[in-house]
Amino acid sequence: MRRFLSRKLITYLIAFVIGVTVDWGIPRLIPGDPVQAYLSQFRLQPAGYDALYKTMSEAFGTNGSAWDQYMHYWQSILTWNMGVSIGNFPARVTTLIGQALPYTLALLIPAIVLSYILGNRLGAAAARRKGLDNSVLPLGYVFQAMPYPWLALIIPYLLAVVWHVFPLSGGYSNSLLPTWSWTFIGSLLTHWFLPFLTVFLVSLGGWAIGMRNLVIYELENDSSRYLRALGARERVIRRYAYRNASLPQLSGLALQLGVVVGGNIVTEIAFQYPGLGKLLYTAIGNKDYFLLQGIFIFIIIGVLIANFVIDLVFISIDPRTRLSMQGAPA
Amino acid sequence: MSLTVENLSVAYRSRRGDITAVDSVSFRLADGEIMGLAGESGSGKSTIGNALIYMDPRMKLAGGKALLDGKELPLSDNDAMRKLRMTEVSLVPQYAMSALPPTRRIGKIIADLLKSHGIKDRDEVLSELLRRLELIGLKDEILRRYAFELSGGMRQRVTIIMSSLLNPSLLIADEVTSALDVSTQRAVGEMLIEFRDRGYIKSAIAITHDLSILAQIADSITIMYAGRLAEKASTAAITEAPLHPYTQALIASLPEVGVRHEDTTLTGIPGRPPSLVNPPSGCRFRERCPFAFEKCTETPPFAEIRPGHQVACWKVSQEHGGGARVTVPAGAIADSASTKGTGK
Repeated sequence: MRRFLSRKLITYLIAFVIGVTVDWGIPRLIPGDPVQAYLSQFRLQPAGYDALYKTMSEAFGTNGSAWDQYMHYWQSILTWNMGVSIGNFPARVTTLIGQALPYTLALLIPAIVLSYILGNRLGAAAARRKGLDNSVLPLGYVFQAMPYPWLALIIPYLLAVVWHVFPLSGGYSNSLLPTWSWTFIGSLLTHWFLPFLTVFLVSLGGWAIGMRNLVIYELENDSSRYLRALGARERVIRRYAYRNASLPQLSGLALQLGVVVGGNIVTEIAFQYPGLGKLLYTAIGNKDYFLLQGIFIFIIIGVLIANFVIDLVFISIDPRTRLSMQGAPA
Repeated sequence: MSLTVENLSVAYRSRRGDITAVDSVSFRLADGEIMGLAGESGSGKSTIGNALIYMDPRMKLAGGKALLDGKELPLSDNDAMRKLRMTEVSLVPQYAMSALPPTRRIGKIIADLLKSHGIKDRDEVLSELLRRLELIGLKDEILRRYAFELSGGMRQRVTIIMSSLLNPSLLIADEVTSALDVSTQRAVGEMLIEFRDRGYIKSAIAITHDLSILAQIADSITIMYAGRLAEKASTAAITEAPLHPYTQALIASLPEVGVRHEDTTLTGIPGRPPSLVNPPSGCRFRERCPFAFEKCTETPPFAEIRPGHQVACWKVSQEHGGGARVTVPAGAIADSASTKGTGK
């Protein structure tokens, strides 16, 4: 176990270093100068502009050599000092991320986990019931194949604009201040529902389709045939098939949960939902190096942690991975 | 009689209509008998084995019946058959390497099977299981292992133990030795005999295309050709003095120890078996048979030529029924060779 863990840890460390380097490089490939972009918002006299430009370039460290900037970047990561946002000056990057993160997590984790659980059940049931297979599954295909931005327009149009059941956009009502009152929590929930519903519907179909195909395959494979030939009850055979079919699905879940911390840009833009996706989108628009880098670092760490957790979960449900854990050639 | 099969016909459903893979097959299996069932691919031997234990949705019973210990097996009634599987009829499958579910321990799989059969006294079965594991030289810690942790030979032996655990009257062993090396083949064959001798299984059908393994383990051998039985006799009679032209050709095509095939050419059987989609009338071996004559356009009966020796061949029944000896038409072999490619 120790050997397995240390090997994994080294892998993740290498992935982290590569991730951080790419993260540092990517924003700098965007053409243009962030300080210049920021200052162009104000009407400044040329002399004042030059002075401000010089000061701010120094303050943000954009005037140093690439190597200096890179080293500085590592230093700031290790001290967990992500700096100050250029676009939302003078808010700190960590504060901005801290504000957006709860919205993203509250939106995506329930949507993904619920759709995973329900979709797998639905798919497994569809694998053995013709009626369900012919009714629910095609619906799943439709939701899956539908361009998500379009769905994210249709559903709010019906439920918010036409029927006024739910508010159209935002994280909470504009007329409220964030406090822990019931009115505010209620407002949070009603604003949360529509984006949740669209993400849930789209992934539900995907999980159900995947599970259905996997279960059908598992029910026909040799080990199911053998159990059947030995008179195992159909319920027992299905339980075995479901367990085997869950493994690839679980890897899929791991991948999805890993990128959760990055938010869902399209959903959050469509619903003006104040999560990380929207923050990321705004940061790109503002050429906000530090905010971009901060969010990416967050995503990198999130993906790595999620993968590690799933590695551990896999060990407990798939005995074959336990073998490779002991150091035998996999 | 342990097993009596009467006029059993099994068909596969297909888009072009039903394909009769097993056509009016009748045979008997005595208590304690290990019967070898041999034939080439597509002859229907595995279909007989499957029909006796599990008809999958593509298969259907087209006629006939099977009695086990005097009681008729409800072959087309899946629910009724389920209770008899493993307890009365059991199967060691062709695919033993992949038969064990991968994500559960062997012990757990066995426990689940016992639960499915509503067996109350599981401790007794378990101690019997441990005794049998010891008998064939497997440690009981194997029950805490997963299938992928076992070698091929171990998996094969574990499936045989699992399949025979509840002392079935009939064990169908489908190509159990095909994927193994010769020394493991022998060990597995001996295991079948040992289990029969100890009464773990009352009788067995060993399905294979390998006649040499049958010579070692089987009491009798039944030869199938294109969905029908060609010959059934004691192992000695089949190997030493086969009567059916197909059996003769089959035995002749086996290499012999001590014969240098530089000197004598190892011959095969010219031609191919007929397609079962639209099988020819009469004897199905007719096209490839060097002894074929006019009478062969009628289906030969599976007749008992001598006590315990049945053959489906007009020529053989004429010879042994006091009829005149049939002359072999010249060039029959060349003719049958030219029909190559009429099959699928």
